[in-house]
Amino acid sequence: MSTRTFGEPIKRNEDRRLLTGQALFIDDVELPGMLHAAFLRSQVAHAKILKIDVSQALRRPGVVAAYVADDLGDYWKPGPLLVPPPPIAGIVFNQRTQVPLAKAKVRHVGEPLVMVIAESRYIAEDALDDINIELVQLPAVVDLEKGLSAGAALVHEDVGSNVSAHVHQTKGNYAAAAVKADCIIKRRFRYEHGISSPIETRGVVAQWDGRANQMTIWDTTQAPVFVRNGLAGMLGLNERQVRVIAPFVGGGFGPKIMMFYPEEVLLPWVSMKLNRPIKWIEDRLEHFFATTHERGQIHDAEMALTRDGRILGIKDVFLHDGGAYDPYGLTVPINSQCTLLGPYVVPNYDSAFTQVFTNQTLVTPYRGAGRQHGVFVMERLLDFAAHELNIDRTEIRRRNLIPADAFPYKNEIIFQDFQPLEYDSGNYEPVLDMALEAIGYKAFREEQAAARRQGRHLGIGIACYVEGTGIGPYEGAKVQVQSNGKVSIATGIGTQGQGHFTVFAQIAADQLGVAVTDVDVVTGDTDQFYWGAGTFASRGAVVAGNAVNEASKVVRKKTLKLASDLFECAEEDLVIEDGKVSIVGIPEKFVSLGDLARQANPMRGAVQPGTEPGLESTQYFGPPRGATANGVHAMIVEMDPRTFDLKILKYVVVHDCGIVINPMILAGQIQGGVAQGIGNAFYEKLAFDDQGQLLNASLADYLLPTALEVPRVELGHTVTRSPLNPMGIKGAGEAGAIPVGPLFAQAIEDALDLKRRGVELLEIPLSPSRLFELTRHAPR
Amino acid sequence: MDTDDHEMTVTVNGVNFQRRVESRTLLSDFLRHDLGLAGTHVGCEHGVCGACTILLDGEPVRSCLMFAVQAESREISTVEGLAGIDGEYHPLQQAMHDHHGLQCGYCTPGILMTMTAFLEENLSPSEEQVREALSGNLCRCTGYQNIVDAVISAAKRMRG
Amino acid sequence: MKPAPFKYIAATSLEQALSLKAESGDDAKFLAGGQSLVPTMNFRLARPAILIDINRIEGLAAIRPRDGGGACVGALARYRTLERDSGLKAMFPLIAEALPHIAHPQIRNRGTIGGNLSHADPASELPAIAVALGARFHIQAAKRERWLDASDFFVGALTTDLQPDEMLVEVELPLPKPRAGACFTELARRRGDFAIVGVAAMVTLGERDECTHARLTLCGVGETPVDASSATDVLAGRALTEETVRDVAASVQTLIDPNGSVHATADYQRHIAGVLTERALQTAYQRACNGY
Repeated sequence: MSTRTFGEPIKRNEDRRLLTGQALFIDDVELPGMLHAAFLRSQVAHAKILKIDVSQALRRPGVVAAYVADDLGDYWKPGPLLVPPPPIAGIVFNQRTQVPLAKAKVRHVGEPLVMVIAESRYIAEDALDDINIELVQLPAVVDLEKGLSAGAALVHEDVGSNVSAHVHQTKGNYAAAAVKADCIIKRRFRYEHGISSPIETRGVVAQWDGRANQMTIWDTTQAPVFVRNGLAGMLGLNERQVRVIAPFVGGGFGPKIMMFYPEEVLLPWVSMKLNRPIKWIEDRLEHFFATTHERGQIHDAEMALTRDGRILGIKDVFLHDGGAYDPYGLTVPINSQCTLLGPYVVPNYDSAFTQVFTNQTLVTPYRGAGRQHGVFVMERLLDFAAHELNIDRTEIRRRNLIPADAFPYKNEIIFQDFQPLEYDSGNYEPVLDMALEAIGYKAFREEQAAARRQGRHLGIGIACYVEGTGIGPYEGAKVQVQSNGKVSIATGIGTQGQGHFTVFAQIAADQLGVAVTDVDVVTGDTDQFYWGAGTFASRGAVVAGNAVNEASKVVRKKTLKLASDLFECAEEDLVIEDGKVSIVGIPEKFVSLGDLARQANPMRGAVQPGTEPGLESTQYFGPPRGATANGVHAMIVEMDPRTFDLKILKYVVVHDCGIVINPMILAGQIQGGVAQGIGNAFYEKLAFDDQGQLLNASLADYLLPTALEVPRVELGHTVTRSPLNPMGIKGAGEAGAIPVGPLFAQAIEDALDLKRRGVELLEIPLSPSRLFELTRHAPR
Repeated sequence: MDTDDHEMTVTVNGVNFQRRVESRTLLSDFLRHDLGLAGTHVGCEHGVCGACTILLDGEPVRSCLMFAVQAESREISTVEGLAGIDGEYHPLQQAMHDHHGLQCGYCTPGILMTMTAFLEENLSPSEEQVREALSGNLCRCTGYQNIVDAVISAAKRMRG
Repeated sequence: MKPAPFKYIAATSLEQALSLKAESGDDAKFLAGGQSLVPTMNFRLARPAILIDINRIEGLAAIRPRDGGGACVGALARYRTLERDSGLKAMFPLIAEALPHIAHPQIRNRGTIGGNLSHADPASELPAIAVALGARFHIQAAKRERWLDASDFFVGALTTDLQPDEMLVEVELPLPKPRAGACFTELARRRGDFAIVGVAAMVTLGERDECTHARLTLCGVGETPVDASSATDVLAGRALTEETVRDVAASVQTLIDPNGSVHATADYQRHIAGVLTERALQTAYQRACNGY
């Protein structure tokens, strides 16, 4: 009797290739005759282009071509709008999308001006120095408030302002609620998220084969199907002529789903023009400018409460830095707006934001995708309310939690899936209780006092959040039993390390009675699977996983039907396990899956009308809306009260993402997310000057946490099934990263006694130096 | 314009290679593109991320900070040489698999080379020592915890 | 981030290396460990026309005893060699304590003392320690040589007294006085990062545990290592007390003029310089008392 693999910590199918250096990443693609691209990128944030002279570059031996915007002719056009504005009344949206090469104006540092093609990347970079550029620098829009004030330089003159979008969403009536409040907490918050900085940067290889009339593109994209569709259209090719392959990708985290990056648009065009394969690999310096960021928001927020700490309503007005172009619509700030509500009952909500054009790299989702900002505002407001009302910080949260019997819970305002925000299921109080138990909250006060007597400054933080995951539109999967008895799965999404080769295999293995290691998974190759959206918004397992499940169920049915015809018995009398179908109780009467598969594809003879060959099925799954996961993070830190150096002593995550397919992979996702959250809260800061120059564009100065900065994370789980999909699962990819900012702020305030000393932490990221500056005038 | 080319000989994973390289070709590029050993990955080209770590005469070094010509007559070990000829995992590779010490796998070769060398010197490391040894390799996916567990587990197995 | 073209020569002898450098002057750079030079070349911030690889020069990495006590460390000695030399570490606890803060193991396998000192990064630990130990540098050119105190070697940020045709070939480290205690401590954002502030303190005691001699050197707070030993004058002939240590720290804070960076404001650096001075002095004193 084979054991079920669903729900088990099955080790990964994909590991061998990765462990032995045999996995294909983008820069491993080597093609005969391949040329290399390098880009001359703007060194200034905002300028008019007067002149670009590439003649000297073209004379360099080994240089094959150099292109500017005008060389592209009709091919030059602004990219498509990927995410239209959601259907919200009164919305203002000024669509201005990125261009393949800057024309007339540059709008951010790093925007590409010239593409050089040469025999090697070394020579291509040499040629960049040969290019003569004349720019007239313009004042750069960097500060959000200054960018909206009269007389500010305009990123897009024809918009007439630097407003990219304005959105106002309401639930109930905040003004009426505030009148009845016993307490109003009002603060200004600044939250900056950073850059994804995966260890592998981006890359594109394009190969036009003029004889086969076929374009093959390798791309570190999280959305190969959309890239294929868009590029086919741009290049004037049929979709079928374009194959996009997302190979193993060394970390995605969101920015690799942005499209169309200039390089994605340009490399295939050049390959067709020169009839040679072309490769571009982003170097680390480029990555700081050429791959999208998340950055900052400024929130003026207020919360109205009763004297026993119940939230009557929240009003929030915020500015969101969108960068120079807005192809990704409003996903990030809408996430902020919606995720702010958290696991709490907020009867009245008035939230308005302005997305501002700035002369900086585009902002598109990066793990958390704006949720961090909203959670920071909510959790901080609750902390300050708790202090003002003299209520324990965990008690004030508990009092406001949405009760377990209130699901599905309607929050009314529109979410990034274009649906009114609705929490599908959840049971929040036990999650809080488990986290408090695990961190030792009750005993902590005494421990803290005892430590203080020894001169040690310990502090504790608790933060709660709800995360919308697993949104549509849909994904598909093809599952097939092969003639060797192994199962093959193909799906349209790509993979960046989240274990799809294993998780999808587990789902099929359970349905089809095979070993997980006998299921091979192909992802991210548009020739292997035509349809899909991509990996984003913690949706891979939910949406593609359910598609795999549906397809597997159909294949199971076909298998049983064929075997029942073969054995002339009822399907109920059959069992599938260990790669065989046999009659219950008569194990010697069996047929292998491989044999069945061969029988399902006869080489001769006739078949019944309507027969489909093989044991194969393609099914799609699209949820009606996103499933909501939730969690609580808790942390104990020790602060050096003189240097403000910080050490994490204990870190707990209790998380509910519904039914779990592979707890080992889930734990890895949370641990990785927490590490990025720690980076965001205390180490990673993009340091810009007032002309939009990034002062720390290297990994020496943009500080990613190492093994010495990330603690062990203790994990706990609860399970509330999602009613929105047959497997009952919810997404989990971003959970670790979301509430870490307010957690740090709260724990540091606690460790340094800041409430008593009158200092509030209203910003992220923090650092020892920043804490020194914020507290230097406070009483001891 | 003539390039400054040099003839060189280098041993990689026990195999001797003779090549002609331009002096400025980085060792990382030489291994990956000239020799086709693409298991060593490039993450930053300024010596911080550690993805390009290989062993030079048994010592972990950053191949992005060396020129290929500097490897003349030296012995280099890369991730491709770690498993046995029949594909049998090094204990650390096995432990990384068992403990889910890799997700996207991009930083993994650099970590394997760094930590197998570390284990050669220290078969009973404390967790703190493991984390210190690991601190020169950036991972953006795992949060390091499972990698630490893998190293400690491999050490135990290698102690016998 | 590929480097610009250069001509590469692997020198086989010191004479050859020095003669090549004399010919080319500033057009050429010595390649030692490369851990500082190659990143700048990959960023194309440095574009030497000629690279003279000195890694194969015999004898340049040697560590030998110094006449009159202490040790002479060849410029090509790698950090790793020092880490493995327990005798050397015992003789110079300041070096032993600083080594784990210097970058990471992979860097330490290649980086050399000479390379680091010649690069003269203001936030680098070793220049400050060389000054603290009263090191003397042996410098050679094709047709001349000279010795220079460490404190005269560092002239500005990334600038030394080395002439275009000169190479630092050896560092002479005198043995610390008997009954000396030392402490190196630094604050950085992550282990191995350049110091936001680093302090090297050495305290020598007399028979009654009074300070007879103290040295205080800081890195990261000026263009060069800052010798703040004058701030310790108040300690002369007395035992260390909490109050005198605070006075020394306050005095150090007035001696330095830090620049600030993306990681720390100048005021924070000044504040930390005070805190680390107190801690380093206290620890150095304790160690001297305990015979460390």
